[in-house]
Parts: sequence; C-alpha cells; structure tokens
Amino acid sequence: MTSASHGLAGTTHEPDDTGHFGRWGGRFMPEALIAAVDEVAVEYEKARRDPAFLAELDRLQRDYAGRPSPVTDARRLAEHAGGARILLKREDLNHTGSHKINNVLGQALLTKRMGKTRVIAETGAGQHGVATATAAALMGLECLVYMGEVDTERQALNVARMRLLGAEVVPVTTGSRTLKDALNEAYRDWVASVGHTHYILGTAAGPHPFPRMVRDFHRVIGLEARDQVLTAYGRLPDAVVACVGGGSNAIGIFHPFLDDDGVRLVGYEAAGEGVESGRHAASITGGTPGALHGAMSYLLQDEDGQTLETHSISAGLDYPGVGPEHAYLADTGRATYEPVTDAEAMDAFRLLCRTEGIIPAIESAHAIAGALRLGRELGRAGGDPATILVNLSGRGDKDVDTAARWFGVVDPASLPTEEPPPSEDADGAVASGEREL
Amino acid sequence: MNAASVTGIDRLGEVFTTAKAEDRAALIAYLPAGYPTVKGSLGLLTQALDAGADLVEVGLPYSDPVLDGPVIQHAVDQALRAGVRIRDTLHVVEQLAGRGGRAVVMTYWNPVLRYGVDAFARDLAAAGGIGVITPDLVPDEASTWIAAADREGLAPIFLVAPSSSDERIASTTAVTRGFLYAASTMGVTGARDAVSDTATSLVARARSHTDLPIGVGLGVRNGAQAGEVAGFADGVIVGSALVSAAEHGRAAVARLTTELAAGVRGQHTGR
Ligand SMILES: Cc1ncc(COP(=O)(O)O)c(C=O)c1O
Repeated sequence: MTSASHGLAGTTHEPDDTGHFGRWGGRFMPEALIAAVDEVAVEYEKARRDPAFLAELDRLQRDYAGRPSPVTDARRLAEHAGGARILLKREDLNHTGSHKINNVLGQALLTKRMGKTRVIAETGAGQHGVATATAAALMGLECLVYMGEVDTERQALNVARMRLLGAEVVPVTTGSRTLKDALNEAYRDWVASVGHTHYILGTAAGPHPFPRMVRDFHRVIGLEARDQVLTAYGRLPDAVVACVGGGSNAIGIFHPFLDDDGVRLVGYEAAGEGVESGRHAASITGGTPGALHGAMSYLLQDEDGQTLETHSISAGLDYPGVGPEHAYLADTGRATYEPVTDAEAMDAFRLLCRTEGIIPAIESAHAIAGALRLGRELGRAGGDPATILVNLSGRGDKDVDTAARWFGVVDPASLPTEEPPPSEDADGAVASGEREL
Repeated sequence: MNAASVTGIDRLGEVFTTAKAEDRAALIAYLPAGYPTVKGSLGLLTQALDAGADLVEVGLPYSDPVLDGPVIQHAVDQALRAGVRIRDTLHVVEQLAGRGGRAVVMTYWNPVLRYGVDAFARDLAAAGGIGVITPDLVPDEASTWIAAADREGLAPIFLVAPSSSDERIASTTAVTRGFLYAASTMGVTGARDAVSDTATSLVARARSHTDLPIGVGLGVRNGAQAGEVAGFADGVIVGSALVSAAEHGRAAVARLTTELAAGVRGQHTGR
C-alpha cells in the first residue's frame, strides 16, 4: 500500500520554479512575507528528500491519523445513482474527522524543522482549525486559529474542540466574517510574527509553495484510492469526484489520476442558492481571473476587482477563490467543475445518512450530490456499472446543528422518532416535505 | 514617450530634490479616496497638501487589505459600503493634480488587474497621477505593470521590508522609480509608539543598492517621530495617524499635517 510520503515524491505535473501553473498561481503578496514563503519552499524541498522526515510523516499518518483510510462500496446509496457503483474514499474516518489532518501533520513537522514555535491557521468549517490545534498539541506548538464570526456560530462544536485542544480561537468580525476574512487576519498576524510563527494554510491555495505543498500532503488520498480500487475491482474508476472549496481534498484525490486518460475528474463547487441567484461560492463556474490571498486564480469579484460576498450552507466551501491548479485543470479541460446547490447537497446529506449510516460533512455532501447526478448521467456503460470514486472528505458531527435547522428539527437533542415537528422557521424555509428528516 | 515632456516620474523626483535642497525630508500623506465621502476625501487630501504635505498617496479602497491595520481597514470599508469606485479614485487624483498637487495612488493589485493594467496606467496618467504604490505586488509578478507604467511615465513604487534579503532589495530597487518605500517594521499599518530601529538598518541596507530617495512608512504618528525618521530617510510617510485625524475633520488633518511638516524640518515641538 502506498504511504503518505509517496505523495511528496514529485510528479510530471509541477508548477514552474516560481509556482505558476500556466497563467495561474505565483506570488501576489506583500514583500514582507516573501522571505517566509521562500524559507517554506526551501525547507519543503529538503524535507521531501529527507528519509527521516518522510518516515516520521508516514509513522504519524499510520499510527496517529489512522491511514490508510478505507474505500466503502456504497450499495444502498448507489440505488439512487442510475445503476452506477459508488465508492467512498473515507477521509471522514481519519483522526479529527476529515482530510485536513494530512496536510496539517506535514506542515506541523515542517514547522518543527524550521525551528518555529508557534502556528496560526485560518478555518471555515473548523476542520482545518481542529486538525491544526491537534497537531500543535501533539508537537508542543503554540496555536492560534482565526475563524469568521459567522462560522464560529455555525460550527460551534469545532470551536469547542479547538479550545479543548489548547488552541486560542479568534473570531474575525471584519468583512463578511467568514473564511476569506479569517485568511486576511492570518496574513496580518503572520506579517508581524513571522520570526517564530509558521502559517499552516489549510487548502491548496495561497502563494507558492503552498498550492503544491498542500497538494503533495494530500496526494496520499488519491494514491491509496487508486490502489484500493485497482485491487478490489481490477480496473480504474470511470470518474473521480470531490467537493471544491479551496480545493485541497479535490486535488489530493485527482492528482494521482491525471495521467489516466479514461478517468473523468469532476469537482463540485458550492452553488448556494443557485449560481444565477448571485448567492453562491462557485469560483470557477461563476468567477473571473484575479489575484487574492497570494495567487492568481478564478475569483468571485465585481467589475472593480472587489471580492464579492459568497454564500454556501457549508462553511468550508464558503470562499470566493480556489486553488490555482484547479484553475489550470479547468482551463486545460482535464477536470471539469460543476455547481451543486445547498438544497441538492442537503438532499444528498440525508440520503447518505439513511442509506449508508454515514453522516457526512456538508462540504462532502456536495460531492455526494454530484456523484448521484453523474451516476444518473453515466448509468451503466454497456451493461457494466460505471464506477464513481467519491472523496468523502469529512464527517458531519460539526454540522448536526445546521442540518437540524435545515430539516426543521430545531432542537437536535430531541430528534423526532415518528413525525417531525412543524418548522419554527418564520419565512417558511421548511415549506415542503422535501426537507423532512 | 515624448522625451521632451515632463513625466510623472520627473515630477515625483522633484518632490525629493526640492526637499533635499531645503535640507529636510519630504512629507508624504496617505488618505483613502471616498472616506468619509468622495468629496470629503478630496477636501482632506487638499487640506494635507495645503498644510505642508509634499506628496499625497491616494488610497484606492479594496475589500481585502491584508497589509492594513484596523484604522485604515475601517475607513476603506466605510468608503466601499458607500459605493466608492475605481473611477472615484481617479477623479480625486485628477482634481488634486488640477490644482497643482502631486499624487500617487496606493492600491492593492487586484483592482488594477480587473480594471486592466494598461488601461489603469493610461487613465491614471491622464488624470495627472505620477506613480503607484503596490503593497501586494512584488517585482517578480510585475513585468506587465512595469512596462505599462514606463509607457505612461508613471513611477512603479515597490516596497522593501526588514525581512527582505539584500538580493531582493537589489532586484526591487532596480525596477522601482521615483522613490523606494521602506516598511519600517514587520507588521500592518497602524500608528505606533516608537519608531523601530529596524527602519534605520533597512534604510542603510537599501542605500548600498540604490540612489533612489527612500521613504519610510508604517507607524509614524507625530511630529517628533517624523523628525526622527527624517534623520535617516528622504521621505516620511504617514497614514493611519492621518486617517484617525480625519475622523475628527479637516481641521484635525490640518493640525497634524502642520506638526508633521515641522517634524520633517527638524522643528518639531518635542511633544
Ligand atoms: C470536510 C471538508 N471537506 C472539504 C472542505 C473544503 O476544503 P478543500 O476544498 O480545501 O478540500 C473542508 C473545509 O473546511 C472540509 O472541512
């Protein structure tokens, strides 16, 4: 079985020396931080060739995070997918409950290697913050996490987890008070603290070398899954799909399949209330080229280049940008990106709960919704069921409150046994039986 | 470019040669366009020029100002919520230039990208602007911009920071025109109690790579500090303190600018 360190071995799909994937990526950031990202780039290059670093990464991923994560054949879910076979890559079973730990363990080890004593992070859903707080506790690092105030409310469970783990959580009250503003604060902190602080960026975005380095730490997802599917079914999947916020879980599972021409790669972006409503976070589907938070990529912006407010029921996807390698893959056509609305994601959320006994993160529910849609489209390719590999990037404990509210179960402690109680939602958001749990 | 005509870069150069001839540093005042209103910002910037600023930096409001502290964040946020546009910033520059004021624009990069790099250079030059400070654009990513600025005679003004290596200071000064912006501390904008000693060593390092005038910014808030910075730099850049003063109106901006102007002349009252 492949291990995490194989993700760092180098590929035939690398950015240029200054971090450009075609016209995307690069470094659009203050000069004051260039020395810091240069240091990260140099140390990462050394680390990925250092057997001791790689062995320690593999040991942690195996004995601490629980890798490899299994692949589950979701047979009852597949009954709703037009006859396709749906395979779930179970990143939800990793320690801390999502794929985010893959990147964090790598960057935390790198932090120690650079001799830094403090880490900061931004977080949306709180999964990256929890993973960072976890690694900081494990390695004895000081940890501060920036989180938009809106997100501290909708992901309160994760705020409590981070604090239990000894991290400081700072609610960010500027701008839209979500993930993008948490990134802004993390950058402001880093400019002043860079002497002793490493910024553990939580997705495959930001300035070079982050998009490439974060991707490499997550490539283990696709490397393992490719082996697992080949071993179990003797063939590659027809499609590999994932949700796309900043794009780390998606690039992690896509990347090892890039040279497998027959394998379709599809990323699902958060369409919120629908791309045409303007209330969404689908950067590739609805965005234009721009520079934000360190890289050139697709961006939701107005005609003056001001970042637009985004909307998604999923805090982890509620971000106006996307990692530059996805912009590149979208341009070349090697991957395609499609929108999934809040309502579609929540339908898939419920379906996965009820058919497989798995409560997914709402982020991951976007990928499930996409897989169901794609399954109906691919159906049975000549009698053989089409095989769709889905990255189930995280588990849904953190989302129980949001889901309860969506489905009209106001007090999650009193889940109905027979009939759901009537909604208390004044504007009738729970108007039809469609939303019943 | 017509060699005979006076370019923005030339006019920016004069700011520093004049100051030098008077044996003092130049005073550079930052205020964002559109704060508290477009007209109000024009009034405040005019006031700063009248009270002794040699050059103004007109801030182009941006939604994600990662290098700004709370005071400037708050001001640009208010400007954006009131609907300020890029063309308003250009309009403010045009009005200032129309009455003989010298103005550069301070802007994050994405608004320029979206407006169109060539179009922005052309329209700013047409408005009478003389240069652009780009806090989140490093020369490594700036070849298109440097070419566009050069075509229009605008000064591309880049930053160096205490963390910049000598190699980067050399490559940055090589493409900077007008003056070099030295960030005095590692941190975001905001008034500070003391001028950090990292500023002096940064300026000294930069001088070994360039003859460009060097402006020092981040943290200067009063005449005494302006005097201190004037002791080792060619320009003293003041932002957050002026934006805070702007909250109290034109008179407060005039008062602070007068104090700062005395400071850069070594005449501060030692408050
Ligand atoms: C479970 C889960 N999946 C996906 C994401 C989206 O991030 P990315 O696109 O980087 O994978 C998040 C982010 O918080 C998450 O928590």
